[in-house]
Amino acid sequence: MNARVIASGVHQSAIHDSAARHVQGSALYIDDMKEPEGLLHGWVILSDRAHARILMLDLSSVEAAEGVVCVMTARDIPGLNDAGPIMKGEVLLADQIVEHEGQAIAIIAARSFAQARDAAKLVRVTYEDLPAYLTIEAALQAERFVVAPLHMQRGDAARAIAEAPHCLSGETSAGGQDHFYLETQIAVATPQENGEMHIFSSTQHPTEVQHIAARLLARPYAAITVEVRRMGGAFGGKESHASLIAGMAALLAARCGEPVKLRLSRDVDMLLTGKRHDTLARFSVGFDDAGRILGLDMMIALRAGHVADLSGPVLTRALCHVDNVYWLPNVKVSGYACKTNTVSNTAFRGFGGPQGMFAIEAVIVRIAERLGLSSEAVRQINHYGPGQDTTPYGQSIGENNTPRLLEELKTAADIARRRGEIAQFNASHPYIKKALVTYAVKFGISFNLPSLNQAGALLHVYTDGSVHLNHGGTEMGQGLYVKVAQIVASCFQIEREHVHISSTRTDKIPNTSATAASSGSDINGMAAKAAADIIKSRMAAIAAAKFGGAADDVVFSGGYVYLGNRSISFPDLAQLCWAERVSLSATGYYRTPDIHFDQASMTGSPFYYFSYGACATEAAIDILTGENRILRVDIIHDTGASLNPAVDIGQIEGGFVQGQGWMTMEELVWDQAGRLRTHAPSTYKIPTSRDVPPIFNTHLLADAPNAKPTIFRSKAIGEPPFTLAISCFLAIQEAVAAAAGWPAALTLCAPATPEAILRALGGGKEGSAFCEQKAAKKLF
Amino acid sequence: MNKSVNLSINGTRHAVTLDDPRVTLLDLLRERLDLTGTKKGCDRGQCGACTIILNGRRVNSCLTLAVSCGGAEILTIEGLAQGDVLHPVQAAFIEHDAFQCGFCTPGQIMSAVGLIMEGQAGDDEERIREGMSGNLCRCGAYAGITQAVRQAQARMNERERTGEAA
Repeated sequence: MNARVIASGVHQSAIHDSAARHVQGSALYIDDMKEPEGLLHGWVILSDRAHARILMLDLSSVEAAEGVVCVMTARDIPGLNDAGPIMKGEVLLADQIVEHEGQAIAIIAARSFAQARDAAKLVRVTYEDLPAYLTIEAALQAERFVVAPLHMQRGDAARAIAEAPHCLSGETSAGGQDHFYLETQIAVATPQENGEMHIFSSTQHPTEVQHIAARLLARPYAAITVEVRRMGGAFGGKESHASLIAGMAALLAARCGEPVKLRLSRDVDMLLTGKRHDTLARFSVGFDDAGRILGLDMMIALRAGHVADLSGPVLTRALCHVDNVYWLPNVKVSGYACKTNTVSNTAFRGFGGPQGMFAIEAVIVRIAERLGLSSEAVRQINHYGPGQDTTPYGQSIGENNTPRLLEELKTAADIARRRGEIAQFNASHPYIKKALVTYAVKFGISFNLPSLNQAGALLHVYTDGSVHLNHGGTEMGQGLYVKVAQIVASCFQIEREHVHISSTRTDKIPNTSATAASSGSDINGMAAKAAADIIKSRMAAIAAAKFGGAADDVVFSGGYVYLGNRSISFPDLAQLCWAERVSLSATGYYRTPDIHFDQASMTGSPFYYFSYGACATEAAIDILTGENRILRVDIIHDTGASLNPAVDIGQIEGGFVQGQGWMTMEELVWDQAGRLRTHAPSTYKIPTSRDVPPIFNTHLLADAPNAKPTIFRSKAIGEPPFTLAISCFLAIQEAVAAAAGWPAALTLCAPATPEAILRALGGGKEGSAFCEQKAAKKLF
Repeated sequence: MNKSVNLSINGTRHAVTLDDPRVTLLDLLRERLDLTGTKKGCDRGQCGACTIILNGRRVNSCLTLAVSCGGAEILTIEGLAQGDVLHPVQAAFIEHDAFQCGFCTPGQIMSAVGLIMEGQAGDDEERIREGMSGNLCRCGAYAGITQAVRQAQARMNERERTGEAA
């Protein structure tokens, strides 16, 4: 038998499926598609108050403006005015009360984009202002929460702290983060016959867009078809909030009986849609002389914004990631999703995980400071190990790759030598201070809610041997489409060029989960494999009948199908199957096994497995200006048996850079009236090519196939590397400590902007570690 | 008030009648000439997704009024490849995995072509990073972008040295 295997299957660094089109500008995003005849352009009228009653809403001038075809308010919605992804009653259009600046109060369709936008300026609104709660602190004091507080507990934290040789209390905070996908939110809704609607939506969650559009229009789900070929970035921002834009487009299209495109401008996008939750954490910790955590009592509060949206699950994941790679024998973590009069915060890469992981590091550095130890020593002594390998929610961590990652990192990053050099440098340089930290992460893979961990795929094999591939996952640049195509190519043993990738559609794969939680390739890849296996078994039976033998002995390899010393090409076998009247189409389905979680007790094994990573990050600060640079980063990341090493390295680098932005430069600023002052790239700074570390080495952990039987023993990659960038903050904090001592460094909060660094170097001025209060005083 | 503008885009002459003097070059390309490879990321000159080459220099087409482009020679992403043969910068972007979602990519590539035309790319990564810093990539593919620009510059230098047509 010919042992040749295909060259473009799994574990190969295949280029992105749209690579050639991306570099020629011929990959179509929704705004690039040919516009249908009669297309109307949508626009949104936004509230300019944080919390107010609408006393009068006069849209007569808007309606009378040139080109305007229709104007709609909450009263004009035929179905329910509800865009909530989980909870009920989260209005799409404000009705009498506005709860944040930038909330939609009316929508417009006009003949041109400019006409719609210009008409919106003619609105007249009279408001009666209501008290606005803008900060986490204000909402905490008023006990305003969007979901009931969560409590996770193991052992007796209070007693362990009381009996510990040492204890301390502290507080830290991290800011929010705008997704800043380069393609702003967009949808095109086109009415079909019989009251049906087709929607192109730049969404990570076509099924949810379908459900919410159906709810708004009072139509059954089956009447709505949602389609997305690709997004120009998403990062969680197009998980639940794409439904708002698509829902508005669908309402206008249904009302006007014409197709409607709604594309948000950058400013409106940043005002109307949510961001990463900013975080406040307070804690008490008891520890021994070596820095071992004996008891931890932590409170994590997130700024949820005006409605719950996804804040409950985000908070759950935050609590499930406080432990990171650390053994916490006695622990109590309480979580609060604070209701504020700011835009509803939402999913963003990591989904609360980074916030929880950030919080525990504040504990680590304070213990180190108290005991006069290095933070690295305190990290090391608290790592999970044999017999100490169960998370606070009761899940065994399974394979623990942290020790191996950190060991390999020592050599890869040349840590001992560089530490010596940095110490010398710091001793001699008057105003530049450097620091190098090593940092390890563990990230739980699966949606926390077990029911979301399911996926479907649809495969057709045609009689020329070409394959049409469809699955429920969406492509936002992360390389999911090419990975699943590689999987199908490997299953059929045909080169990937024969596998044709198609857009994600709710009429092909129903009832899907969002492409989120890093789960895309894990679950959609398995579903595609299941479909391929069904078709292969049918094809094998035909081959066995033709050659005379058992179907179980049929082998697919290198474009051929073998039985003993007989063979037939894959296309010829497909043709033969047709002639023998055998179906060459199948759906595949997958549900992640072995996962469970009890939300009431916050215990269970919600994650199928954990993904691990480690990095060594070197930062420098200028103590005169507060400027910082990340000078060098070495990463070793655990991707199991990577499906596509090139794509995974891209995800690691990109995730790290995005996390670097969160930790060091991206700062959202609201004024006293609750107006977001940073709603464009002029005022909101994301990393540029100048900000990435000049030395940036990324390695995949070798020979580490997933212990769990995941798709070809790979591991998920989307979110875990983002969390590695917490090391940027830690390195900057150590550099501040090198310049001004640890008490000053402990006042640093995230993002570590030049201003924040200067404040910390000054000991936080008030000499307080209460970053949020400090920030509040400065801003409000 | 209608205003007629003659300009050359990717080697093809266009006579365009503008009914509004405020039309940007970006909107002219995308909405009136169906050249949608050039992207709109912020529409205020801060993200670089709309970068094109205007008379040999890279500009943000969202900040350029179409009426000001009379007689201009414009190169967009659609005009870069020679038939099926990719420009060295395009080929290098694929080779170095210099994108993820691809939305900023046309702007990145035109910016890189401009940087090389301006003679500013050199062989120094720090210079390339500085020269490309006006083009945002939210996926964070900067490491690949820098490598791609460096390699494209080197290949173009090599071709020039050996007399091969670029």
